[in-house]
Amino acid sequence: MTSPAATDSPSEKANVAGRPLAATEKVSDVVVRFAGDSGDGMQLTGTQFTNTSALMGNDLSTLPDFPAEIRAPAGTLPGVSAFQVRIADYDIHTPGDLPDVLVAMNPAALKTNIGELKPNGVVIVNVNEFKDRNFVKARYASNPLEDGSLAGYRVFPVELTRLTREALKELGLDNRSQDRSKNFFALGMVYWLFSRPLDSTIEWLEVKFKRKPEIAEANVRALKAGWNYCDITGLFQVRYEVEPAPLAPGTYRNVNGNSALALGLVAASRRSGLPLFLGSYPITPASTVLHELARYKHFGVTTFQAEDEIAAVCAAIGAAFGGALAVTATSGPGFALKSEAMNLAVMVELPLVVCNVQRAGPSTGMPTKTEQADLLQAMFGRNGESSVPIVAPSSPADCFDAAVEACRIAVRHMVPVVLLSDGYLANGAEPWRLPAVEDLPDLRVEFASDPATFQPYRRDEETLARPWAIPGTPGLEHRIGGLSKADVTGEVSYDPLNHEKMIRLRAAKVERVADSLPPLEVVGDGEGLLVVGWGSTLGAITGAVNQARRDGYRVSRVHLRHLNPLPKDLGDVLARFDQVLLPELNSGQLALLLRGRYLKDVKSLSKIQGRPFTRGEIYAKIVELAAAR
Amino acid sequence: MTEATLTAKDFQSDQEVRWCPGCGDYAILKSVQSVFPELGIPRENFVVVSGIGCSSRFPYYMSTFGFHSIHGRAPGFATGLKVTRPDLEVWVVTGDGDGLSIGGNHLIHALRRNVGIKILLFNNRIYGLTKGQYSPTSEVGKRTSSTPLGSVDNPFNPLALALGAGATFVARSVDIFQAHLKDVLRRAAAHKGTAFVEIYQNCNIFNDQAFSYVTDKTSRTDGVVYLEHGRPLAFGSKGSEKGLRQNGFGFEVVDLAAGSYTEEDCVVWDETPANPALAFMMAQMAGTGPADLPTPVGVLRCVEVPSFESGVIAQIQGEVGRRGAQTLHDLLHSGDTWTVEPPPA
Repeated sequence: MTSPAATDSPSEKANVAGRPLAATEKVSDVVVRFAGDSGDGMQLTGTQFTNTSALMGNDLSTLPDFPAEIRAPAGTLPGVSAFQVRIADYDIHTPGDLPDVLVAMNPAALKTNIGELKPNGVVIVNVNEFKDRNFVKARYASNPLEDGSLAGYRVFPVELTRLTREALKELGLDNRSQDRSKNFFALGMVYWLFSRPLDSTIEWLEVKFKRKPEIAEANVRALKAGWNYCDITGLFQVRYEVEPAPLAPGTYRNVNGNSALALGLVAASRRSGLPLFLGSYPITPASTVLHELARYKHFGVTTFQAEDEIAAVCAAIGAAFGGALAVTATSGPGFALKSEAMNLAVMVELPLVVCNVQRAGPSTGMPTKTEQADLLQAMFGRNGESSVPIVAPSSPADCFDAAVEACRIAVRHMVPVVLLSDGYLANGAEPWRLPAVEDLPDLRVEFASDPATFQPYRRDEETLARPWAIPGTPGLEHRIGGLSKADVTGEVSYDPLNHEKMIRLRAAKVERVADSLPPLEVVGDGEGLLVVGWGSTLGAITGAVNQARRDGYRVSRVHLRHLNPLPKDLGDVLARFDQVLLPELNSGQLALLLRGRYLKDVKSLSKIQGRPFTRGEIYAKIVELAAAR
Repeated sequence: MTEATLTAKDFQSDQEVRWCPGCGDYAILKSVQSVFPELGIPRENFVVVSGIGCSSRFPYYMSTFGFHSIHGRAPGFATGLKVTRPDLEVWVVTGDGDGLSIGGNHLIHALRRNVGIKILLFNNRIYGLTKGQYSPTSEVGKRTSSTPLGSVDNPFNPLALALGAGATFVARSVDIFQAHLKDVLRRAAAHKGTAFVEIYQNCNIFNDQAFSYVTDKTSRTDGVVYLEHGRPLAFGSKGSEKGLRQNGFGFEVVDLAAGSYTEEDCVVWDETPANPALAFMMAQMAGTGPADLPTPVGVLRCVEVPSFESGVIAQIQGEVGRRGAQTLHDLLHSGDTWTVEPPPA
């Protein structure tokens, strides 16, 4: 918690219990982590705290962290699910390195998260769960609340289970049902601690449980009971306020990456005038793109849950042949399965967007954890010479713009485009300043219609795109397929020189994408050390570079949205700097590409732990490399 | 192009047909090219989609829109196309390797969904394009380059598989039965959901005469029973010396010429029951010699079930109607939003 403002003097007023009101302290930046069992509703609790804070005008960033098992055995270490949210009164870029406040619903949640809590941080524990059996499950030899191991923290043991049952006793629910509301008791406490209003969560509960009013009522009661418990008992001597952040004027909503991505696809559909088709097969962490788009049928969206990953991409290509804006969404293992079909799209030159929400691999890996290790797969993971444009979003809200951009490239150049998001962006949330629809790019396309001039592989001089000639157009009947095609006519061809010519034409077409890219934005001194980033590392890199600059280091940063083709000015930018550092959540994949392409000694900062970089990790590397200003 | 002017020639592309001389595919191509102009559909609305294999070269020889896709996946492409473009007439051409081996999953799911596409499965019981390995319809003991001691695995029965997957139209014909094949193709064209047609097709290079008992002019009279809805199951050289009657979970042949049985003793063929049990029993019949039951050709099953695309489109139209025309602005601004005002000047 950073507190630039002076602590307000304790109020003279008293609460209903006659106890003096707690002092209110203004803080500008706080990190809260909710941790509990997979079934404890921690993701929901964290999301509610996030949404309320968004509505209060804070800048925010979230890091959900949950196991792949839907319900691992209760009380065990692998079953712990956590949600970290950072709220601030200024522009922030990451969900925070270390939490200030930890809510631990059981011993396992305490065990797995306490190590990262800031010294003297606040821990709220559900003391009712701190019992013999749960200590064994959490591999505690003794009760951590009693053995002195938490001495460095401010620990608040609360009988969350008992107090929740007490609050709900008049509702006639059984114990099990009552216990399901204890996360809302905890949320009420945290709302009190950070001076948040309850109304948006109450409204949400009433809508969510419209058909089960008894559940809505139980959760609302638990929420209020948690708030009142803090207010009446004076548990905390200080409560905190985080003022609104000075965000740019505009209308905002809180959004996670996959929601923004889905909205970007709908926006591209509207801006192109093409119906949106999503072929998809459920896979973590991409499934919510399918869920989200399935709700937008009133925007003419067709979602198709295919029998497998291959059918999903094939159906999308079939829809593209018919003139739809065609998309498939997956993660690494599914992306591997789609390779052959993506190559068909390369060969037949149809527009397609393949969203890969990356997760920790190889193989099944860690499905719910993030990684950026599919870059080289996207670049080279297909047979033959097969270049495809690659676009990577850099923040949850940026998933919207990146999706629009991927669609723009796909329809403009008649090419499959890979959109490389990741689990951190997919589940993380931030305030999103809503764009004006008229400011979005115009993606209108023109289908071929003139039989007199039509040739299936006659190319547009500017983009090198072939015509999009959809079935149902009289006189344009033609055949496409995966066999090598003759230039212009598109007839099957085994001519060796034609084969090379077509390979080079397709590669040149992808290179032409760079013609329509804006110049790179280098932030910083323009000399010394350059930190190059791509994708979801933007927040951590920005935070680290800003801090290093404040601390007097000569460092700049540049972020790449387009990984293929690379921006035309990247070579010149790299050449201007003595040193280049490239943090990425893989073993150095973009560093490898840049070293090969530009013969620049790019230093890789690599992390492969299924978790995003902290600002501190990147800052430490900058300090090691950069000279003082 | 006006449909009245269309002839078989209008469906022939300018590409040289490159199947082996004597291949059964030629006869099937000819039948398709002669049935398409009869359907009253503009040529530009036909799309022929295929996977990989000898049969999958089919689209190149049709002057319609065509898509020669990847191995086994044609039903996937066809599904995406049909559900977004229900105005199109989408035909899938596949083989026993493409459709039943590498693409088996897509085939059964297209059938269970009842997508409004026609699937022609050319069954020659061998891999042709990869030079003669055994296929998932090869008989047990098949000696091929990949099974020099004979194959040991059981084959699929394509009709039974299609029925098991819930196909709403299941039929069989034979490459050289030109009139019969055209009839079956017309029936398939008229069907609203997925129409599955197995076509026995001779590969004269790697598996010649695989269906000789069915195709041979002398043996076929006893070897083939033509299924006709509402007609008793009778066959033989004059078309009626033998009949089929039900016996337990199968059929048995009765002699109609001797006088002790009449057509009234025979099963009257019905392709419409919702329960596919009778069709499944029929699909089990297959003969290789005079002692066997005859091989059925014709339509085994034809039931009306709403197509996949009609259900998908109804949901979309329902939502558009229910929620009214919404702008992109409305969508972006849905949910909880808040406004940050510009600082006072």
